[in-house]
Amino acid sequence: MTTSYVSTGAAMWKRFRRNRLALVGLLIVGVLALAAAAAPVLAPADPARQVLEDKRTLPGGKYWLGADEFGRDIASRLIYGSRVALAVGVVSVLIALALGTLLGTVAGYLGGPVDETIMRALDVLLAFPYLLLAIAIVSALGPGLANTILAVGIWATPGFARVVRGSVLSVKEQEYVAAARAIGASTARIVARHVLPNCISILIVYSALYMASAILLEAALSFLGLGVQPPTPSWGLMVSTGRDALVIAPHIATFPGLAIAFAVLGFNLLGDGLRDALDPKLTA
Amino acid sequence: MVMIPVLLGVIFLITVTIDLIPGDPAALMLGQGATPEMVAKLRSSLDLDQPLAVRYVRYVGRVLRGDLGRSIREGRQVNDEIADVWPATAALGATALVLAIAVGVPAGIISARWPFSLFDNIARVVTLLGLSMPIFWTGIVLIVIFSLWLGWLPAGGRGTWLHLVLPAVALASPSVAVLARMTRSTMLEVLREDYVRTARAKGVAIRGLLVHHALRNALIPVVTVLGLQTGQLLGGAVLTETVFSWPGIGRMLIRAIFARDYVLLQGGVLVLAVTFVVINLLVDLSYAYLDPRITYR
Repeated sequence: MTTSYVSTGAAMWKRFRRNRLALVGLLIVGVLALAAAAAPVLAPADPARQVLEDKRTLPGGKYWLGADEFGRDIASRLIYGSRVALAVGVVSVLIALALGTLLGTVAGYLGGPVDETIMRALDVLLAFPYLLLAIAIVSALGPGLANTILAVGIWATPGFARVVRGSVLSVKEQEYVAAARAIGASTARIVARHVLPNCISILIVYSALYMASAILLEAALSFLGLGVQPPTPSWGLMVSTGRDALVIAPHIATFPGLAIAFAVLGFNLLGDGLRDALDPKLTA
Repeated sequence: MVMIPVLLGVIFLITVTIDLIPGDPAALMLGQGATPEMVAKLRSSLDLDQPLAVRYVRYVGRVLRGDLGRSIREGRQVNDEIADVWPATAALGATALVLAIAVGVPAGIISARWPFSLFDNIARVVTLLGLSMPIFWTGIVLIVIFSLWLGWLPAGGRGTWLHLVLPAVALASPSVAVLARMTRSTMLEVLREDYVRTARAKGVAIRGLLVHHALRNALIPVVTVLGLQTGQLLGGAVLTETVFSWPGIGRMLIRAIFARDYVLLQGGVLVLAVTFVVINLLVDLSYAYLDPRITYR
């Protein structure tokens, strides 16, 4: 990841466009964004309306994808659920991006004991197995959308900090940085004008890949009952309620699981595609 | 030695989480029926009336003596609680790990040997799906197909080795995908190296080349990823154990959270984190064995 190709936007897009899987990823992410933005228009019914006599209705007819435990329209809940998934994904990645960039830049640029302290502290966060850090945070703060976002954001921070730090370390010894310093540019200016722009492409790739992980993590926390709380339509929560009726109505748990897999696949493909487009050397 | 500061940091974070609890943690843990005396007693026994620094030092001291405290609900030693459920999680995690290696690494080697072949294309699609499906949902799909429809395997609980099959497959699925992708890409890189071309020019058979020249050199990144994947397996066990009613440490943690038994929760999280740190240390040490150029002094 240390290659520093000069990539113009047009050349990148050309490479990205030739990658069919990447385009599929972009399409999936586009569909998700559309579903989230236009949920009230697209959803055939109110996602919260309960029609108890229709509970566990199989797909088809009035309910495209059937009805759940309480007779709520699954298709509408999936469409509104994309809002929860994207909200958690986007906001938590932004938190991680901001915190990670700050910590990574400070650590990489200042070096020495500051670097050592920050990186060891991040090692501590990385010492928690997957999910456990988020579980520990949410179990203390209490469940809910905001705390889920915070937990996922903190979980993702070390990854961003490490990549920014690495990038800063490789840039700060370059001659143009020394030249900028020689003509009297302040540290803040050097970081903003010369160091950070070099990390942007890699941060974009990381953001896409972490969106996938953030959506998975939110779904997992909500599935366990620690994340988003009912009646908010979270896909993970919907899988969890569907577990009780697997024999008679397996569709209740099946569709939200497919939605999670679809969204995660989209961001993974997009992230992979962006990485290949930004770093031609890695495309084998 | 490197792990000591990390472990101290892990214990610190675990100690601090109690301060994140809104309100009085002791009252919250005991529930509504608690008298003020009970609350005060619990508060002092958990050192909640002490400053964070004192609480932290005392907790570290207790952990060093191997004492994780008493669970609030059952009043049992947390050590005993964990000893009860640990074997189930270890069995599940180890089986999933073996499964991930046994399927992921060979799949990656075959993909790298014949890149863009039918096998490689199918494998790449399957691994992408494996990475994208949430394991709790994979578990549910496996239960519906293999237990409810086909009736071949039990849907949950622990007993014979048959009970282990579905949870291990669900837990291993993302790791299989990660290992296959990593093995494929590092093998492809190694196969382009000059020494591989030299070996082929000398007439080394392709199989010997893959095993002796390529695989060994491709192993270091694969082993690194393997170490990181154990974290995935330990954390993912919380999900698979919930789906399959597997009586392990993951289910114990969830039970502890809903019972607001923070002592039990802290103990369980600590044990899992320490396990993960130790495994990664072993991974670091194994580099010297895999690559003689790396030495530790």
